[in-house]
Amino acid sequence: MSFSPHKDYAGAKLGMWLFLFTELILFGGLFLLYAAYLSRYPHEFAAGGREMHLVFGTANTVILLTSSLLAAMAVTAIQRDARGRTMLLLGGTILCAAVFMLNKYVEWSAEIGNGIYPNSSRLAAGPVGESIFFSLYYLTVGLHGLHVLIGGTLLAVVAVRVKSGAIHGGEYVLLENSALYWHLVDLIWIFIFPLYYLIL
Amino acid sequence: MTHEHAPHIIGYGKLTAVWLALLALTALTVWVSRLDLGVNRVWGSLAIAAVKSGLVIAFFMHMRYEGRLLRWLLFVALVILAIFIGFTFFDLLYR
Repeated sequence: MSFSPHKDYAGAKLGMWLFLFTELILFGGLFLLYAAYLSRYPHEFAAGGREMHLVFGTANTVILLTSSLLAAMAVTAIQRDARGRTMLLLGGTILCAAVFMLNKYVEWSAEIGNGIYPNSSRLAAGPVGESIFFSLYYLTVGLHGLHVLIGGTLLAVVAVRVKSGAIHGGEYVLLENSALYWHLVDLIWIFIFPLYYLIL
Repeated sequence: MTHEHAPHIIGYGKLTAVWLALLALTALTVWVSRLDLGVNRVWGSLAIAAVKSGLVIAFFMHMRYEGRLLRWLLFVALVILAIFIGFTFFDLLYR
């Protein structure tokens, strides 16, 4: 008697979406903190906003939107069982993730070099609202960056499985779910960008 | 065969069109933020962000082609988020 493992495509996708909703609530909490403290310290938040680098923020937005396109195309490619193309598209997504993290590294190096980091002497000497702004910034963007790393790693694992044939046109829910996770990373940044880089 | 139905496949052209729309909306939101709109720039930026996320969810994440269960769950999650933030402000605004 042969054993065939139980597969549940709809269930797997539902499970992933439920997890993504919890991520929405998680980052929603951080955005709530932003809203609450913005209403409490509008001038300090505006001062903090003037220290942000619009060029980095915009570049990172474009990079993540492009990476989302490539990830979505990878799903299409695997549905058509075009495995070589799938791997290329996944590679492109991971490359975008790497460039994003590189930008983040350069941006944060500049800010930390300017004495902008939680509990720095510059911030400790300034108004408390500015400290709150930058703490929220590092926490939110840092947590997002962690998600970029996790998502990139996940997509790399998926690419290996595509190469080995474990993921193919008849069985690809792992790739689809990983792409969904990646789109969430993009979604969160779509809101981080205006809140921290544009409206202040 | 692991699927009961043929999965809906979104073509590369359509995905690229969505991407171009997202880039255009990004340019728009940056431009709007440089205008002098006062507090409306917050709502304007959030509105554009909502449209962008709608496009990502509908097309990149396939929600446009999913069944009722997933779409309703998304709606419920968004309502929870709205209550989370909105009701907190019922308190905060009057402190």
